[in-house]
Amino acid sequence: MIASLALILLAQLLGEILARGAGVPIPGPVLGMGLMFVFLLLRDNTRIGLPRYLPRPLTDGTLESTARGLLMNLSLMFVPAGVGVVGRLDLLRAQGIKLALVLVVSTALSLLVTVLVFRAVAARVERGRPDREP
Amino acid sequence: MAGDFSLWVYLAKTPLLWLTVTLTAYVLADRIAAATGRHPIANPVLITVVLVGSVLAVSGTPYPAYFEGAQFVHFLLGPATVVLAMPLYERRATVMRALVPMLTALAAGAATTLAVVIGLARLLDIPHAVVVSLAPKSVTSGVAMGIAEALGGDPTLTAILVILTGIIGAILVTPMMNALRISDMRARGFAAGLAAHGIGTARAFQVSEVAGTFAGIAMGLNAFLTAILAPLALHLLS
Repeated sequence: MIASLALILLAQLLGEILARGAGVPIPGPVLGMGLMFVFLLLRDNTRIGLPRYLPRPLTDGTLESTARGLLMNLSLMFVPAGVGVVGRLDLLRAQGIKLALVLVVSTALSLLVTVLVFRAVAARVERGRPDREP
Repeated sequence: MAGDFSLWVYLAKTPLLWLTVTLTAYVLADRIAAATGRHPIANPVLITVVLVGSVLAVSGTPYPAYFEGAQFVHFLLGPATVVLAMPLYERRATVMRALVPMLTALAAGAATTLAVVIGLARLLDIPHAVVVSLAPKSVTSGVAMGIAEALGGDPTLTAILVILTGIIGAILVTPMMNALRISDMRARGFAAGLAAHGIGTARAFQVSEVAGTFAGIAMGLNAFLTAILAPLALHLLS
């Protein structure tokens, strides 16, 4: 568990260093996600034989279950910032209806355009391909 | 009375109280959501924010004092983004096959969101500073706050708008996709992650793991693309 957390934080830290140090316009945690992906590829490459040098929790599924635990509770992590709404009730009172309109309309259109484009392109690309995922 | 007061002073100073309130409210909200059979309206984030907000209002606690304790939960957003690599890795074959639809949908979705948000906000005469804070609202909160700050917006306001967007998206997505009869979980998840970032992703994971994986990818890609497009769109549409 601690080894898994250390690795996750290390990936995030390296991501932040890359993002801020090299001025990459990608957020640190997103770069960290990329680094974690590369780590998993290297770990499972049998030719390199990396698992021999790694702490057990990183290879025996503990890392994966730590990740699952975090992802299962993703909603929780938005609460502290969300509660900030109590400090902005004045603005919401003044602009609330307009803001609600913008948020609802744009989010609905965003969902609609994304899903329709994805489906249309997927149908075109995957036509005649037997291995379509359900 | 003096004893009660010193107890309150002690509790208000440590992270313990607000951390406990946040977690307890979330557990309660999750129970309520589960009791409704995970109905979209019973969004756990929405319920928790209402519960915690009420506690703060009743106890007269200012938000910064609350955040002092709750920041430990907020911090986990970073590690949670990093571990999105796991479902991505486990389903990399599925993801690679869908690369073309994903990238096309990403470009279309990100551009539509920015154009509609900025266009509609201008039309409704929303003040410029608020429009800047509004522009990155479909991006996950840490990144959106960074974008808004760089463009001269108000990061705190952005965080709130981001979370409201996430809640709205998570409520809309399931009924909307069912009405459109879209059964491709990749497309549904991708749309949820693009429009409603982590809260949409959390919702997608409740519906299916494939949807959740694609939502996580969409969230990451959109954070990257909107960081580039938002300054451009604000410039063009101002």
